Amino acid sequence: MEHCNACGTAEQAEKLRAVIESSRETPGCLMHILQEAQAIYGFLPIGVQKTIAEGLGISLSEVYGVVTFYSQFSLKPKGKHRISVCLGTACYVKGSDKILAEVEKQLGIKCGECTEDGLFSIDSCRCVGACGLAPVMMVGEEVYGKLEPGKIKDILDQYRREEQ
Amino acid sequence: MTVKELDAIRKAKEELIQVRRTVREQGEALAGKTGYRKQVLVCGGTGCTSSHSMKVIAQLEQSLEELGIHDVLVVKTGCFGLCALGPIMIVYPEGAFYAQMTPEHVKTVAEKHLVKGGEIVKDLLYRGTVLSDGSVIPFGETPFYKKQMRIALRNCGVIAAEDIEEAIAAGDYAAVEKVLTSMTPDDVINEMLASGLRGRGGAGFPTGRKWAFAKASQGEVKYVCCNADEGDPGAFMDRSVLEGDPHCVLEAMTIAGYAIGAHQGYIYVRAEYPVAVHRLEIAIRQAREYGLLGKNILESGFDFDIEIRLGAGAFVCGEETALMTSIEGHRGEPRPRPPFPAVKGLFGKPTILNNVETWANINPIIMKGAKWFSSIGTETSSGTKVFALGGKITNVGLVEVPMGTTLREIVEEIGGGIPGGKKFKAAQTGGPSGGCIPAACIDTPIDYDSLLAIGSMMGSGGMIILDEDDCMVDIAKFYLEFTADESCGKCTPCRIGTKRLLQLLTKITEGTGEPEDIVKIEELASHMKQSSLCALGQSAPNPILSTLRYFREEYEEHINEKKCRAGVCKAMLNYTILADKCKGCTLCARNCPVKAISGAVKQPHVIDQSKCIKCGVCMSNCKFGAIERR
Repeated sequence: MEHCNACGTAEQAEKLRAVIESSRETPGCLMHILQEAQAIYGFLPIGVQKTIAEGLGISLSEVYGVVTFYSQFSLKPKGKHRISVCLGTACYVKGSDKILAEVEKQLGIKCGECTEDGLFSIDSCRCVGACGLAPVMMVGEEVYGKLEPGKIKDILDQYRREEQ
Repeated sequence: MTVKELDAIRKAKEELIQVRRTVREQGEALAGKTGYRKQVLVCGGTGCTSSHSMKVIAQLEQSLEELGIHDVLVVKTGCFGLCALGPIMIVYPEGAFYAQMTPEHVKTVAEKHLVKGGEIVKDLLYRGTVLSDGSVIPFGETPFYKKQMRIALRNCGVIAAEDIEEAIAAGDYAAVEKVLTSMTPDDVINEMLASGLRGRGGAGFPTGRKWAFAKASQGEVKYVCCNADEGDPGAFMDRSVLEGDPHCVLEAMTIAGYAIGAHQGYIYVRAEYPVAVHRLEIAIRQAREYGLLGKNILESGFDFDIEIRLGAGAFVCGEETALMTSIEGHRGEPRPRPPFPAVKGLFGKPTILNNVETWANINPIIMKGAKWFSSIGTETSSGTKVFALGGKITNVGLVEVPMGTTLREIVEEIGGGIPGGKKFKAAQTGGPSGGCIPAACIDTPIDYDSLLAIGSMMGSGGMIILDEDDCMVDIAKFYLEFTADESCGKCTPCRIGTKRLLQLLTKITEGTGEPEDIVKIEELASHMKQSSLCALGQSAPNPILSTLRYFREEYEEHINEKKCRAGVCKAMLNYTILADKCKGCTLCARNCPVKAISGAVKQPHVIDQSKCIKCGVCMSNCKFGAIERR
């Protein structure tokens, strides 16, 4: 459960403080700080948002408003392996909806959720830009192209085996 | 840096770059002067790295080392365009175009071709470059490349994208030198006006006029912004420019800064483009080190610097006022216009915003002149346009063609036609804001005005090809799902309108549509077009309106006959077994996940329609073509 329940270590808190300190004078720095904070914690729990609001001297609602506006900011923890199925047009016309359905079926969770063991989370994205390989999905930084529903289980099993 | 020093860098590597622009005899003669017998260019763009081009480079370097070859230069470039065949590797001076390379293939090429006296390995070449008599033609003469004209992409796939000296040798920063040493700000703007360059981000506003407005605005502080928030799903032109030739954008923004009197630029780029962001960071750092950004550029007394701002996944931030609100660190909601950004933009100051591809055209216009540029393309749309060709087309990839090229040329010649012997049904341009061009309009010249006239739009350059297996109602619904999801919610017509349109389309695709739904859709669409705050809401109905215009009968079939001719809308599908073709092999019955198929061995089987979930497994398993989908 460690990846799903990251609540923050002293080291993470120190990193966040340093980010706020170094960029607070830059005009329009909130987005940058949130991106850095998400890189540190993996997601943006309310506690982290409070720290940022206090550090910048703005209200929590302003921070929360920005966090919930952009799809890349997440209020929920993500899995160790983040699966991202491309639902851009080029992938859609080549059947990416079936790929997403198969990933959901294999993991027993819906898009936007994280498995209970914290190993996988599923998101959809709009165009990875590898349209020549459509339909594609990413697991972490690795791109898997020319997918068919039948190939999904093998791909997931690779990551499961790594854990054992 | 001084102009003299810039010139010295250019001269030092000029021939090296020239080898990659000429092939055969001239190329060989040039190669002799560079110290490198051969140059191997490997694509390091997102498309090819996704199919593991980094492993290709690693293997190449290892093989060269093992074979003791030290006079072959390996260059990691940006996109060559033919993404469908990645990873791609080109060997100069021959211009040999190797496609779909694996580390094994690389070993073979190194041993047989790259060694002294080696010869091209024909079996591994892109098949389009090998003629039926076995002779090899340079890739520039294949149908995919022949009709293209590379202006914006001139250096993509030619230079090492992370090396400023190669960029300089290929011509980058020559325009900023010319502007700062011999042109006034008014000269620059007049050149832009005369070139007829229009914004490549979609709307097609004349670039020169935008700059002129911003120059005329009073103010000590002004800004230059670059829109690299390429949100249209299926479009990747801007990413390829940033990955392949990032310096051309930095140079062009500096020129605009000089023209309007700005000293700070921002590039707003999608965070989903890690390679592009990385290369931009490198490019900015190098430009500062070489004194091409920062104080007193080329000793002209002009200062200009650029910062990167990352987006965070909101389509609406491609709209100019929303993008600026986002750079300011807020929710990326659009603002009413006027005041236009040229008067009151980023941080309340006069601002110009152009898209990456527009910036990529500035250097050639300055260097070769407005007259040359305006002679390319059509009267009202000068220059070229880059398209990301995707969907049901053989040559998926990036193409740049003169404005006025017909859709037929793009699909049939450059694109290589539709795979699998299927029929071309429509081309979708302009993404969620655009529309579909039907087969009947395939001879339409592609330019801003012709596309508007037939109910689509240029958009940023995504072009998705659809065939007979695509349902047009479903495609319209796909785009509405996108805009409903991406609507920022600030104005009511867009927030509620997109939801209601999506509901109506869902109803139609689920087989419960009624004839008056089409009337409702048309009425709501017209309200949204007139009263939405920004282009997202104003253009959200376009995918429906254009499909209604050209494929109205498909909507009517869905509603009246509960039929989806493409076989996409599941609610209207029925799978049946043709008794005369069924051999009773039982394969379908064994694979059916809901046990809806029954029948004795060697007897025709039947599907129980009340149990069937229409998954299609039976059809894909049947070896006798005995299952029909209607």
